[in-house]
This record gives sequence, C-alpha cells and structure tokens, in this order.
Amino acid sequence: MSISKQEKDEFTAQVSAWMRDNKPADPGFLLPQSFMEVGSEVQLDFLREWQYKMWSAGYLGMAWPKEYGGGGVEPVFQTLADAAMRSEKVPIAFNIIGLGWAGPLINDIGSEAEKAKYLKGILSGEDIWCQGFSEPDNGSDLGNAQLRARRDGDEYVLNGTKIWTTLGSYAKYMILLARTNPEAERKYDGLSYFLSPMNVPGIDPKPIQKLTGEYGFTETFFTDARIPADCLMGQEGQGWKIAMQTLQYERGAEAGAAGGLAFVRVVIDDMIDELADVTRDGEPVLRDAAIRDQLVKLIMEEKAISLGDRRSSITALTTDYPFSLQLSSKLRWTEYSRRMRQFAINAQGAAGSLYVGDDDARQGGFWQRAYFNSFSATIGGGTSQVQANIVAEHILGLPK
Amino acid sequence: MSVIGNTDLRFSEEQGMILDTAREFCRDKSPISAVRAQLHSPLAYDSGTWDEMVSLGWLGIALPEACGGSALGVSGVVPVVECMGRALLGTPFISTTLAAQMIVRAGDNSQIERLLPDIINGKPATLALLENADWGDEQPGCALNEAGELIGSKKYVADAAAATLFVVSIEHEGALALALVRAEQLPDGAIRENTLIDETRRAATVDFTGVKIEPENLITGDGVAPALRDVRLLGALLIAADAAGAAAACLDTIVEYLKTRKQFGKLIGSYQALKHPTVEILTSVDSARSFIYHAATLITDDPLDEDAESACRMAKVQATQTLLFAGDRAIQFHGGMGFTYECDAQLYIRRAQWSQQQFGDAQHHRKRLASLLLDGGSH
Repeated sequence: MSISKQEKDEFTAQVSAWMRDNKPADPGFLLPQSFMEVGSEVQLDFLREWQYKMWSAGYLGMAWPKEYGGGGVEPVFQTLADAAMRSEKVPIAFNIIGLGWAGPLINDIGSEAEKAKYLKGILSGEDIWCQGFSEPDNGSDLGNAQLRARRDGDEYVLNGTKIWTTLGSYAKYMILLARTNPEAERKYDGLSYFLSPMNVPGIDPKPIQKLTGEYGFTETFFTDARIPADCLMGQEGQGWKIAMQTLQYERGAEAGAAGGLAFVRVVIDDMIDELADVTRDGEPVLRDAAIRDQLVKLIMEEKAISLGDRRSSITALTTDYPFSLQLSSKLRWTEYSRRMRQFAINAQGAAGSLYVGDDDARQGGFWQRAYFNSFSATIGGGTSQVQANIVAEHILGLPK
Repeated sequence: MSVIGNTDLRFSEEQGMILDTAREFCRDKSPISAVRAQLHSPLAYDSGTWDEMVSLGWLGIALPEACGGSALGVSGVVPVVECMGRALLGTPFISTTLAAQMIVRAGDNSQIERLLPDIINGKPATLALLENADWGDEQPGCALNEAGELIGSKKYVADAAAATLFVVSIEHEGALALALVRAEQLPDGAIRENTLIDETRRAATVDFTGVKIEPENLITGDGVAPALRDVRLLGALLIAADAAGAAAACLDTIVEYLKTRKQFGKLIGSYQALKHPTVEILTSVDSARSFIYHAATLITDDPLDEDAESACRMAKVQATQTLLFAGDRAIQFHGGMGFTYECDAQLYIRRAQWSQQQFGDAQHHRKRLASLLLDGGSH
C-alpha cells in the first residue's frame, strides 16, 4: 500500500503538534538520556506516565495488531512519529526492551497466547521488560552462555547469573537465553529462549551502582528459580536462532519495533547553546580564542561523521578501503561523543567541578553525567580498542 | 539551525570519469622512482608527462568552453589533484589552475580570451601573492610607480621558474588589483629560487621591480578583492585534495610495512601500539576525503558563499593535519629505516610540512572557521 507524500506530511504535522503540546514540563530532576540510564523510582514513574500518554494518543505500536493494543497501520507512520519525537526532543520511551526487542519478536514468532498475554502491557508501559543475555564470564561471547535451565516436570529450574540487566530492578519479564542441554555438540544448539517472569523466588536482581553514582542495571542471580515450562519460546535448542533474531529488531519500526526514542542524541549544538552564558576572563567563553579553536575541532569531527555517512553511499569514492566508513562508525561516534561531553564540562569554569545534586550545577549536572555515561558506548558493544582491532584487521588487513 | 550546517556531498559522472583516468595516469607516470628522479631537477617535473596532462585536457577542466575548456569547474579538478597527490606527482598543475581561476574570476573578457588558450595549451602560470610569511596579511605592498612600473617583490611564488605568466596582487589607487606579468618581462636575476622542505615542489622569491604594466595587463575594480579571497580558498582546497591523496598513499606505505616487517618474531602490524594509530590515520584520511568532496560539491564558478568557504577551510585543516600525522608516524613506524633518506616516508612528511604552509595553516583556517561558525547564525 503506498501512502502519498501529502498524507505523510499531514501526519507528521499532526504528530509534531501533539508532541509539542503534550511534551511534559521539566520535572525538576535530571531525566535519563537513554533507556539504559533509568536509575530511580521518580524517573521511572515519570517515564512510565509519558509512555502511557504517547500510547494512549496512538503514537506507539502503531503498526502492531489492533487486538493487542496496536494501531494496525503501516510501519511508515511509526517511523514518521519517531522522527517527530526526535525533532521535538521529547523524553525517551523507557520500556525499549519490550517495545523494540521482545515485542516485535513475540509479534513475529510468538503463539496467540503469548501475544495476548504480553503485547498490550509492553505498549502501555505496565509490564517492564529486561534482557538476560550477557553473563559475567561471557561478556561478548553470547553463544557461550552458561545459565542453566533444567526441565523438571511442568517447570524449568534456573541456576546461574546474568549481568548488565538494564531495568533489572523494575522488570516484570525477561527475555532470557539459557542452556538447556550442556551436552550439545555445538554450544549454540544447547541454548533455549525463555519469556521469563522476574517476580519468582530465586531470581534476585542486585543493583549495580554505576560510575555516575546512579543505578541503571543489575547483576541478576538465579538460584533454583522455578518458572513454568510454557515460558519456553519455540522449542528447546532454538535459543541461539531466536537471540540472533532479537538483535535484528534494533533497526526500527520497519523491522517491527513499536517505536519511541531509545535515547536522546546529544550533539554539539546542545553544548554550544549551553555555553552561551559562561564567561572566561570576564568575556563570553565563546569569544575565548583557545576555546574557539577546540570547538572548531569538535565541530569538524561531528561534521566529518555526517559527511562520511553521505560519502559511504557513493561507490566511486569508497574504493580504497571499502566499508571503512561503516565499520569505523561506532568507534568514531562514541569516541567523539565522549570527548565532546568532557569538553563541555571543562568549558564551564569552576561550575564544571559540580555534580548532579548540586543546585548550582549547570543543567543539573547534565554534562557531567552525560560524560560518565558515554563510557557505556565506548565500552559496551565491543570496546573502542576491540573496534580498532576489527578495523585494523578487516579493513587494513593487518595481522592479528 | 545547526552549527554543523550544510552536509551536501555529491559526485557526478564526469567527476567519476576524471577520477578513473587520473588515477590510472598518475599510477603509470609517477611511480616513486619517477618522483625521486625529479627531486633535484630544476623544475621538478618531466615535460613529457606535463604535455600528456595538457593533451588530456586537464588544464581546461575548470575553464569556459569558449576558450577551449570543458567548463566543469574546480569541482572537476579536485579528483585530478587528489590522484596527483597520491602519486606525489608535482608539475605546475595547481599553480596554473589557480592563476587561470584568478583571471576567469577577476579579469575582463578580452583578458580571458587572450590568456586562457595558452594556459589550456600548457603554458604554466602562477600566482604571486605573499610578501612575507603571513597568509593573514592580505594587503600587498607591491604597487605601480608613476611610470606604470611595478615596485616590489613577492615571496613563496610556486613554480616561478616554470611559469610563463604571473598573476601578481598589488595595491593600486588605494585598492587591491592584479598585474599580469609575462616571464620574459622579468630582468635577469629576478627569480631567486628557494630551497624547499618538499623537494618535489619549487618556489622562489620574484622581484617584479621595473616591470612595465600596460593597461590591458592590469585588473582593477570591486571584483578583485572577493575574487582574490575565493582563489585563496580554492588554493586551500586544491592543496587539501593533494594532501588527502598523499595521506592515503602514505597510509598504504605504512600498512605495507606493518604487514611485512617482523620484530621479536612477530609481524609488527600485530602490535596494537602500531595498529591503533594506523587506524586513526585511516579514519582521518576518510574524513579528509569527505571534506574535499563536500567542498567540491559546494563550489561553483560564482563567488563562494559561506558554506563553500567553511567547506574549503575545513578541507584544508583536515587534509593537511592528516598528512602531517601520517607522515610523522610513517617515519617512526619504519624504525631506523625511517630515519634514512632512502625510505619513502621522508617524501610524505616533507610534502606534509610544505602543504601545511600553503594558503594558510590549520590555525589560520580554524580561526576563521570559528568566526563563521560561532559568531553568525543562531549562535
């Protein structure tokens, strides 16, 4: 079904107006910049109310089936709604593991019973979801997951540990990768996938205090925890395949996600705006020659990334080292982002020494916290050092 | 409005064809042995190679069709210069292209019709702008006396010994003007050759004192100052394209060595202390290429707007900083070999140091970018 440009434009205008009118006022405390940063009950309550409001207005789960709380329209509308959320800079949709990963998965391969049980609660924000993939001893090596799920009658008995469980303290359900057959010849074939409840004796999420001082995720311990056997998704041994499918949904609404912003992108304009009233030597800091030189370097770095995105689609200009732009993009953006945020603190003068919680901290300590949180991106998903090795070996052909 | 601004980047079919031809030509005509063969020759280029570049029509790429050019703009020259930089191929190509741009952008029709055909046919020309080491000093001291003769000399005149025509910035009746000087007008000894850090390049101090300037060889008017500004920006862009190409070749040289040289029983490319800076060179080269083709997208035959100005300045900063870093690391990573004249790393670091000083260094451009980006628009 093709949708006319006019129809799209009208929809964008309508959803943008709604976002402007309904965007919540500044709550007086610092909101999380990403779904991985929800660290307190007040933040959670605020974001839950916001998600409920967006869903009630029809701007989340637009392409999901109506009978499960969705809107039943073409995915392109969700993409447009997401773009409007981004441009209106509204708060994040915090339940992203449900909206973006578990939900689309259940929609695509879940049974009728699973759809009926889970989908609506994901959209409304009533049911918070978390993910149990990583383990303490297997950071990046997902296929080696060791958490044991042993069948015992109508139940599975879970033993082991998951780590970096975002929203682990608040979640009602977890998408869980566990080992049902330790004897399997290929390690992947011994894995199974569960839609597991969290509120079960023996499942014990222990909050991890982050570099920022906040709590955002947990280390989750499983000690003889019993969950119903029908929590198994698909068949035993399909865990790896379903986990890989889960990772595909990050591409957005077109891939089945229910929409909503997973994070607020922090760009250099935000910093320059923030520095407008800072002074140095009695003059506006933006007039200071040394600061200006640094700012130009950072602007160029951010611009180079945007230009690289453009150039990567022009084949004639990418023949030297094909895919170098794509393969280095995570490394470049996350490292740039970290340094830009640190600079924003340094440029504040003595106020740069304050932190979240101090009334005099600029923007409530936004940049201080943002800088600390930026390490989640330079470390998570493959550290910058591992990324550099990947680029060196795969693009430049350097030896391991 | 975002401080990031315009991020347009397009590449035409014509540019693609030029890039393919130029890449092949430069690879064939300018292997490192050919580059080294010119290091101590008077003009630093092979006239046969130059003649072939002329017959390929490269001198006319940016010039009007009426004069025999192909009217593709300086955007069409950028791929040629990038390929030349990659092969460290000298020649007065950049100097001649810029001198022609100065005439096209500031001259009148009769000057354009009289001078450009010679340029397209391979008579080298050059700009004579600087009187001291300061690219930020835009007020020339050179002027005409009452007899209509030039008084003063110019420094850092690229390809002076090869040039048949000089486009000289002067002060005339209280305003910027340009004097067109034919090489044969120069008295003996007027050209004092420099010893350059980059032995693939040539430049000289040229004393124009006593050269008679006929009215038809004088360019005056309100258009001169903006045209001069634009040509300096185009100069920055072409030097950037050259540097981006050279940096890519320097990266290849490093990678090749890291893949073959063994120390302590291991290929040195397996050490992260060498691997990671090499990746930094790659991402930096990638940025440089993005900036030069972004700038090539925004420049036209019309006066450059602020977006185009920003783009040229950023290209210059990124490309020359990249080449400096790549050349510097190339020497270090080659170890003892890197300290020798025989090692090709020296060619790149010398080109880097030279490029940095053409049309303003990185600080010069960042200072001006700061004004463009932070003092205008919404900020």
